[in-house]
Amino acid sequence: MIAIETLRTEFPALQRQVNSRPLAYLDNAATSQKPLAVLQAMDDYYRLHNANVHRGVHTLSEEATALYEGARGRIARFIHAPSSKQVIFTRNATEAVNLVAYSWGLSTLRAGDEVLITEMEHHADIVPWQIITERTGATLRYVPLAPEGTLRLDLLDTLLTERTRLFAFTAMSNVLGTINPVAELVQRAHAVGALALVDGAQSVPHLPVDVQALDCDFLVFSGHKMCGPTGSGVLYGRRELLETMPPFMGGGDMIREVRLSGSRWNSLPWKFEAGTPAIAEVIGLGAAVDYLSALGMEWVRQREHELVRYAMQQLSQVEGLHILGPGPEQRGGAVAFTLGDVHPHDIAAILDAEGIAIRAGHHCAQPIHDFYGIPASARASFYFYNTLEEIDRLAVALTKVQTLLG
Amino acid sequence: MDSLYREEILDHYRHPRHRGHLAAPDISHSDHNPFCGDEITLELKVEDGVVTDAAFDGRGCAISQASASMMTDEIIGKSLDELKQWGKDDLLALLGIEIGPVRLKCALLPLKALKAGVWGVDEE
Ligand SMILES: Cc1ncc(COP(=O)(O)O)c(C=O)c1O
Repeated sequence: MIAIETLRTEFPALQRQVNSRPLAYLDNAATSQKPLAVLQAMDDYYRLHNANVHRGVHTLSEEATALYEGARGRIARFIHAPSSKQVIFTRNATEAVNLVAYSWGLSTLRAGDEVLITEMEHHADIVPWQIITERTGATLRYVPLAPEGTLRLDLLDTLLTERTRLFAFTAMSNVLGTINPVAELVQRAHAVGALALVDGAQSVPHLPVDVQALDCDFLVFSGHKMCGPTGSGVLYGRRELLETMPPFMGGGDMIREVRLSGSRWNSLPWKFEAGTPAIAEVIGLGAAVDYLSALGMEWVRQREHELVRYAMQQLSQVEGLHILGPGPEQRGGAVAFTLGDVHPHDIAAILDAEGIAIRAGHHCAQPIHDFYGIPASARASFYFYNTLEEIDRLAVALTKVQTLLG
Repeated sequence: MDSLYREEILDHYRHPRHRGHLAAPDISHSDHNPFCGDEITLELKVEDGVVTDAAFDGRGCAISQASASMMTDEIIGKSLDELKQWGKDDLLALLGIEIGPVRLKCALLPLKALKAGVWGVDEE
């Protein structure tokens, strides 16, 4: 049994007061709070081991390199990657998608090829594909949404064809909370000879993820949504693909040798890590992965499931409140909703006055809001450290909003 | 409760003044704030350089709607020359609230439409 109150003491930001109330931080889909272990790991690096990686022969540089590469190994194990060479550090999930789009996409896609994504995607998994398909003359297609907030998988047979080169989709929607059947979708892509890219920005922080079991070709995620620092992100890729893909950015660290007549690339994973990386951030992400592993991702999933079930039950009692997306069995920790005609910004502002942090807007997923014909929604999103009391406070405050503006 | 939602603001939000359209407006301007989806259309009736009637339509948060309602109330009877001199502080004084940078855009959307309208700026 993990005691939530004890666990919360490890997160300094959760001890804060906001507008004279204890902070109820319910914006975890945007970014999570950070535990002391992560702050300490980054602090230790700067205080004791600060040096550039991979280049020095002095002690500090060797220590920094060991910490940086050690984190890579632990992150590889966390997602069950066969080798740490397949874990490439980026700034965030967005940069990881762009890496694949510019490196694999630009060099591979031709007119007549198709890239399939979904209407449920975060802008990070839409815009790069719009750019790259436009540049290459390939066609971009979308799996439509169903009103329940799930994907129209019944249409997959007509959308996935021998022309499809890549199927990119989110494992969990950051608005609807929908958890997609990742392994099945990967298999469907492979059946037509397409590659599968999984946007794990919302799944890796919240569920056990095993890239070998999923059999995906690429997985992207951001460290800052999983107790790690901003500036740390990951691209996992299938080895043969990464070996043949051209570099994304050129510079130091990504080369084996540079001559005026031309250069030769470094081996994996460094081929894709040009310039001095985010050393402290990667070390912080390594500590975050240790932290989550100690809790156990099965426990994290269970805990959030309880929170979401309770939240949906409590919120559905608020008059005029409408939850977007499927029921608690098929969703993760994000609950987006509308409240009559009240604008989400008003909801968020009134909740903030009560010390409750939620997000209002389109959450970088405008197509979902277009689908429902709404300009924006409010979203409460949970992490394992949230409590039932915080959800009670949310429900009470929403009733207040309803009275005030409804 | 947050001073942002003081009673007068709520009153204008619940019972907006001059919401709707004019029969034959002399000036009409629409604007929107893509960040939050607020939209406004402002219409003015002008006689001898003086605003004789005003109306607004649109949708948005309580702050933008209350701001539009209070502003239309205020500008009737003012000359276009006067309104050209109008600025952010005049509107914020009407609203009478402390506003952070994010919500400021909501509050000032009606003013943006007004300024573009009286200066005769083309709609995008
Ligand atoms: C599903 C999903 N994909 C991608 C991203 C992009 O993450 P980042 O902004 O850290 O690159 C997010 C973040 O909001 C997300 O929720």
